[in-house]
Amino acid sequence: MEHEAVVRIKGLSKTFRECQILKNVDLEIHKAENVVVLGKSGSGKSTLIRCMVGLTEPDEGEICIFGKDMAEIKYDELNEVRTRIGFLFQSGALYDSMTVYENLAFPLRHHKKEMSKEKLDELIHEVLDNVSLPDAGSMMPAELSGGMSKRIGLARTLILRPEIMLYDEPTTGLDTATAKEISQLILDMQRKYKISSLIITHDITCAKMTADRILMLKEGTIVAEGTYDDMEKNEDGWIKSFFA
Amino acid sequence: MAIAESQIPTWFPFKSAIQGAGDFLLFYARFVREVFKRPFEWKEFLVQCYKMGNKSLPLVLITAFIMGLVLTLQTRPSLVNFGAEALLPGMVSVSVIKEIGPVITAIICAGKIGSRIGAELGSMRVTEQIDAMEVSAINPFRYLVVTRVLAATCVLPVLVVFADTISIFSSYLAYNIHGEMSLTSYFNAALSKLDWIDIIPSLIKSILFGTAIGIVGCYKGFCVDGGTASVGTAANSSVVTASLAIFFIDLITVQITDIL
Repeated sequence: MEHEAVVRIKGLSKTFRECQILKNVDLEIHKAENVVVLGKSGSGKSTLIRCMVGLTEPDEGEICIFGKDMAEIKYDELNEVRTRIGFLFQSGALYDSMTVYENLAFPLRHHKKEMSKEKLDELIHEVLDNVSLPDAGSMMPAELSGGMSKRIGLARTLILRPEIMLYDEPTTGLDTATAKEISQLILDMQRKYKISSLIITHDITCAKMTADRILMLKEGTIVAEGTYDDMEKNEDGWIKSFFA
Repeated sequence: MAIAESQIPTWFPFKSAIQGAGDFLLFYARFVREVFKRPFEWKEFLVQCYKMGNKSLPLVLITAFIMGLVLTLQTRPSLVNFGAEALLPGMVSVSVIKEIGPVITAIICAGKIGSRIGAELGSMRVTEQIDAMEVSAINPFRYLVVTRVLAATCVLPVLVVFADTISIFSSYLAYNIHGEMSLTSYFNAALSKLDWIDIIPSLIKSILFGTAIGIVGCYKGFCVDGGTASVGTAANSSVVTASLAIFFIDLITVQITDIL
């Protein structure tokens, strides 16, 4: 059961204005597995996860999540799949007109309409505790630091208990200590809720801490795959440049 | 949503204008589709009605007050020359209710509401808040666009009624600088020249103005592509396009009313 593939991508390609961003990408994520996609800026990492949740339409290829072909399903069905996927944006993407509490309550009010106010409060306090910000509920996003925004962004995605988490450069723009805290948090959440994760990053420390498996993405193509130790021992000059 | 660039050959004249018009029509068609889908976001709709109405009302009232005052002061001497001073309340009410009230209120709202929607949605787009909504399986079009367009559509006629009333009141004050007439007599004289055929088209026009302001603001903001600079462009473009749309709608509705 642990090896069941929850995400299966085959031959994914995407071109923007005559520039091919993704070239025939194949990828599988298994249940409760942390997969890290490592690559330089502009290598197509973000496009890959945007295609997975239907924010960007691929030109070719197949994306199957929970056995459903994302290109074939209708909008309502796509939204059903999306409720089982969490997406942490690089910036956190918190709704800046709402307080932290309202940001966290927003998805619940839409998807768990029958939930009582007490249960909603309880869940919000639980996720705020999970991200070590128990007193942030009344703050506005503009009052939060970069690290806090990422934590709240993570709390907002976790509140719907996703089965897959997609992280778009979760440690970018953070100092080393905060980046380590976020990486540890990703690991803790994966262990606590048995979530499968795809982490897009170019931060080698984050990859080392979180990865069960690493995929190296170079100019839209996956050029190597393996554990952190496998990649570290790889003799390819381009791969070595990450681990130097 | 967008019409692919390859669908129109590069040599074609007015390519970007045709592409823009096509994209706008697709956006409008989506609005029409989504407006009938349930659940409707009542809370967000009411919040938007409150924000649009409450924040625009002071500016609309001040402008309407000055408008009525100036209109009366400027036309009074000519009417006195023709011995037609008694027609002044009627003339002001017909001008204000049929044309000046709705158009001026709509132009003010294009600046106030249109730019706010364009900037707000544009900034939500560039900071990935709209994408965040989309991936949380919350339909951002229904939550952001449908509520704002309907709120603008509902709020504008109300603002126009306030503007018309305050204009006639300020006209009464201006009239009494030189003449003397009670408030009741002035309003009676003003309203006696009006018929439902004057009031109903004016209200319909206001509804159309509200829809135009809302849909243009939402289109410009929702479809922002690029960085923060494009947010300013979206806000600016919302005002310009909505103002132009208001004059075109006015032109068309006047022609239709004329035929009726």
